[in-house]
Amino acid sequence: MNTPSNLKYTKSDEWFDPATGAVGISDYAQSQLSDIVFVEILVDEGEEVTAGKAIASVESVKASSEIYAPAAGKVSAVNKGLSDAPETLNSDPFGAAWMIKIEGGSAGEVMDAAEYEKYCEGRSH
Amino acid sequence: MATVIEPTIFELSSPGRRGVKMPASDVPTTALPPKELLRSELPLPELAEVDVVRHYMKLSSFNYSVDSGFYPLGSCTMKYNPKINEDTCRYPGFLFTHPLQPIETVQGNLALMYEMQEWLMEISGFAGVTLQPAAGAHGEFTGVLMMAAYHKLRGDTKRTKMLIPDAAHGTNPASVGMLGMSVVTIPSDSRGNVDLKALEAACDDTVVGMMLTNPNTLGMFDENIEKVVNMVKDCGGLMYGDGANLNALLGIVRPGDLGFDVMHFNLHKTFAVPHGGGGPGSGPVGVSQRLVDFLPSPLVGIVEEGDEETAPLYGFVTPKNSIGRMKAFHGHFGGGLVRSYTYIAMHGPDGLKDISQYAVLNANYLQARLRDTYKIPYDRICMHEFVMEGRFEGSDIRALDISKRLMDYNFHPPTNYFPLIVHEALMIEPTETENKDTLDRFADALIKIAEEAKTQPDLLHNAPSTTKFGRMDEVKAARELVLCCWLPEGYDLS
Repeated sequence: MNTPSNLKYTKSDEWFDPATGAVGISDYAQSQLSDIVFVEILVDEGEEVTAGKAIASVESVKASSEIYAPAAGKVSAVNKGLSDAPETLNSDPFGAAWMIKIEGGSAGEVMDAAEYEKYCEGRSH
Repeated sequence: MATVIEPTIFELSSPGRRGVKMPASDVPTTALPPKELLRSELPLPELAEVDVVRHYMKLSSFNYSVDSGFYPLGSCTMKYNPKINEDTCRYPGFLFTHPLQPIETVQGNLALMYEMQEWLMEISGFAGVTLQPAAGAHGEFTGVLMMAAYHKLRGDTKRTKMLIPDAAHGTNPASVGMLGMSVVTIPSDSRGNVDLKALEAACDDTVVGMMLTNPNTLGMFDENIEKVVNMVKDCGGLMYGDGANLNALLGIVRPGDLGFDVMHFNLHKTFAVPHGGGGPGSGPVGVSQRLVDFLPSPLVGIVEEGDEETAPLYGFVTPKNSIGRMKAFHGHFGGGLVRSYTYIAMHGPDGLKDISQYAVLNANYLQARLRDTYKIPYDRICMHEFVMEGRFEGSDIRALDISKRLMDYNFHPPTNYFPLIVHEALMIEPTETENKDTLDRFADALIKIAEEAKTQPDLLHNAPSTTKFGRMDEVKAARELVLCCWLPEGYDLS
């Protein structure tokens, strides 16, 4: 399991980059979901989001799940190409598969990488 | 083994072949609709009758069904459907009636529907029943509409939240979403019950009610059910029961007695209407006294009392605050109601109780046989189904591999990856109709597969290998949504 240490993580498995405002789903999340076949970003550029608001919907061959904003702020960018390449979420969850960027974001309830790893470990049993 | 592929009926088509000769029209021709509404061509296949029959016979031999083998698809209650139900629903008196006939000419149909309402009320402990909803999720929607109407009539307009446990069927939040309400997810505790602390925190005066499946999708009867019901009622909410798992309760527990206000029945699960392949379903809804005035209209009622010599006259009645019609006509009459009526009549009260007792016994027997081989995360006496993990320490085998391998042993796989709160979930519901020999063969196969997972994992990775078709590419099927055999005009694949 990959958990870059510069990122913050939520209990619902989103990551948040405090430096760039980028948001995505964690490596743990993509491996639990298995092959992701559909993704839809539910917010537009310029929209204000609150922490915990649903910002995307992701479907795999196993399940579908909502992705929530890990931080509050203004949506400054949306990864428009992602919906045409949902498999990127499996292959590069922390890179090319960023979903949106939140500007001036104040993070909601987030963990650092070490805490998140522990949290995932606890859930595997 | 070579893959046997049957061409599609379009590929079998050859110009000029035909199965029927249409007689000359004996009614006057009328003008066609405007040209914009007409398609330029209708590429129907051309075949002789014998080609059509052979094609579909061959396809049907590829099917796996309840009539061909064990089908432990959790939460679907794939019980054997007695063939007498097929006889009764084809009685000419039922078959050749029309919903628009004058009621005097369909008294038999109406009597059956009236009695069905009464029976479902008795089985569930509710004060009223509608037979209209087409299937389970439609029943849920009907029930939630009534809950909303109840609060609205009381002027209680603040209520917009529905409480739904994380073990719930996905249709629950979907039905709520259809009405624009919001969903508050309530976690399960370590014994598979509703987490009471989380419930307490969520209960306030904005709660419409709670949708609870009991037993839940883990196959667990909620040990605190009375507390849960009281907490929801104390904050002014209504209790919705998802009747999907009613097969565990017949003649033993009545949801109405537990304090539920509304519940849908799945006649196609509990009461033996064949299902699969998309239908037909039938989803009657029962309600408590608080909601009877909100039932959809029309209901079947006695419009003129009978006496010793004359039968009563059955007709249609409209509840005072009815939410209106949920379906054109009266529900799935022949396919749903007549079959289920027959099933209930054939079993009688004691027989219905037997159904649930054997369903629970069978599930517990399988759980006990598999407990040492597979991890069962919520391991206590189960009801009609149980959920185990399809994964092993230090192995890359997943639930999907185990399910595919089961097909090589000629069993239908259990439900995969549901409920979501269990890792690599395999949800097993044997139903009451299976004998001990079948259950043992199934348990033996699963124990053997666990052994294969260790010694020959490729058998699982590559399964199924004995079926007509090997493993389907589910990812490709989900990503490339091209289903038709010819592309509609102007459709660009890129």
